[in-house]
Amino acid sequence: MIKNNVVIAGVGESDIGKVPELSGLGLNAQAAKRALDDAGLELKDVDGLLTAYSMTEPYFMMGSVLAEYLGIKPTYCASLTVGGGTPGTALHHAAMAIATGQAKTILVTAGENRATGQSRDAAVQALTQVGHPYFENPYGPLIPSFYAMIANRYMHEFGTKREEMAAVAVRAREHAIRHPASPMSKGITTEDVLSSKPISTPLNILDCCLISDAAGALVVTSADRAKDLKSDPAYLLGIGESHTHEHMTMAPSLTEFGTTISGNAAYDMSGLTPAHIDFAELYDCFSIVPIIEAEELGFAKRGEAGAMFAEGATSIEGSFPINTHGGLLSYAQAGASGGMHGIVEAVRQLRGNEGDRQVKKHDIGLVHNEGGILSSHCTMIFGREAI
Amino acid sequence: MTDLLPSPDMSPDAGPYWDAAKENRFLLQNCDACGEWRFVPSHLCTHCGSDKTSWKEPSGRGVIYSLTTVHRGPTAEFRAYTPYIIVFVDLVEGPRIMTNLIGEGAEHAAIGDAVEVCFEARQGNTKVPQFCLAPKGDAA
Repeated sequence: MIKNNVVIAGVGESDIGKVPELSGLGLNAQAAKRALDDAGLELKDVDGLLTAYSMTEPYFMMGSVLAEYLGIKPTYCASLTVGGGTPGTALHHAAMAIATGQAKTILVTAGENRATGQSRDAAVQALTQVGHPYFENPYGPLIPSFYAMIANRYMHEFGTKREEMAAVAVRAREHAIRHPASPMSKGITTEDVLSSKPISTPLNILDCCLISDAAGALVVTSADRAKDLKSDPAYLLGIGESHTHEHMTMAPSLTEFGTTISGNAAYDMSGLTPAHIDFAELYDCFSIVPIIEAEELGFAKRGEAGAMFAEGATSIEGSFPINTHGGLLSYAQAGASGGMHGIVEAVRQLRGNEGDRQVKKHDIGLVHNEGGILSSHCTMIFGREAI
Repeated sequence: MTDLLPSPDMSPDAGPYWDAAKENRFLLQNCDACGEWRFVPSHLCTHCGSDKTSWKEPSGRGVIYSLTTVHRGPTAEFRAYTPYIIVFVDLVEGPRIMTNLIGEGAEHAAIGDAVEVCFEARQGNTKVPQFCLAPKGDAA
């Protein structure tokens, strides 16, 4: 049983933004050390390691690579490649290993040196790997092109407004500038987003996530073990996945996604409903995405989540705060780290010590990770207490 | 705009698809067991799992499901062509396919417009299927 029995006992992040003095492995190690310090544990306590992948460094077996870099010899170790959905999926695997006694203390890490480990052109070109190599890439799509086509269809079917998408980016920036580790210090307006450089219509550069050096790490263990550790644990109350396609050509729909399926699985495991959730950290690689996710996760009806962002409900002081750290749009995006920062933020918000970024109600938080082109989904529900 | 774009990478699953394109013919897999058309090419039918498949010529007609205009190309070759249009086309026979929208009036195209297959020369004496707006009054 996962519910109430598996916890995140420590969280950590590397330095965020441009960190040229660290490799991708170095960023993961820095985040891992900080997560272990947070839990009051040491590397020698770790018997499990799950990590992601790298598009900037030429390593193959990343789990084993990171273990040797950290100087540990785990008995449970692998790397996963689920795009931005990797941290959630890795947490799910870790939770199953903890719940079945296969490991006692699992480190989950993700991140890359995407900003300084490669040229901007190389970054853009590497990311075309997400398109189908034989039947999509011959036509020159960017990752934003796929999400742009989702946005156009979504606006066409459900009436989501362009200005509402821009508001998602504006809110993200408002939250990021309150975060002490964020590289952002200056706010943006809806007009700034709408007049920023066009990338793939309707998406402009300010509708697109950052390219960062960043990593995050979680210490996953059992609720029993966490009782005498240093920091307040976050209880995993529910978790679920859905994998409907990888390439957009093969997506069952461009207006209904696996978010609903993974969300329902997480709600079912926890016994909770959307009404029980105090705040959410959603995946926001592009401004349309948290609007779709908020609707699929039951926080608004179809076509109505855009207004939550535009009218301020999703602000830290609003009725339902979303992406309190600034998200991928304004905090950090380094490959698989994108979803990881949402998990780290949820754990911190549950503990209640985030100053002017702290949400008022912080008993139960939901995190959603997605990878690919809304291809692979993982929804997680965390609680300050077991329920 | 005189340089041809690179030849597409071709997987062995899809030999007949690319061979036909060279001759301005559009071929898709049609399942011998359940009769469904499918795209992208695969060894097993993604509808029923059968391995009995024939390559057949569909109508080549469809409607635009969604589209975007790309302003920043992923590679130097594509950057020379910006802005260009990418469309998802729902084929009359069922499958969805992604191509560029090329030809007259493409810049004014919208969701729901009728389109038909056409072909574009690429490097190495290859061609790729593309879609163009269908002549007006030619309902998909």
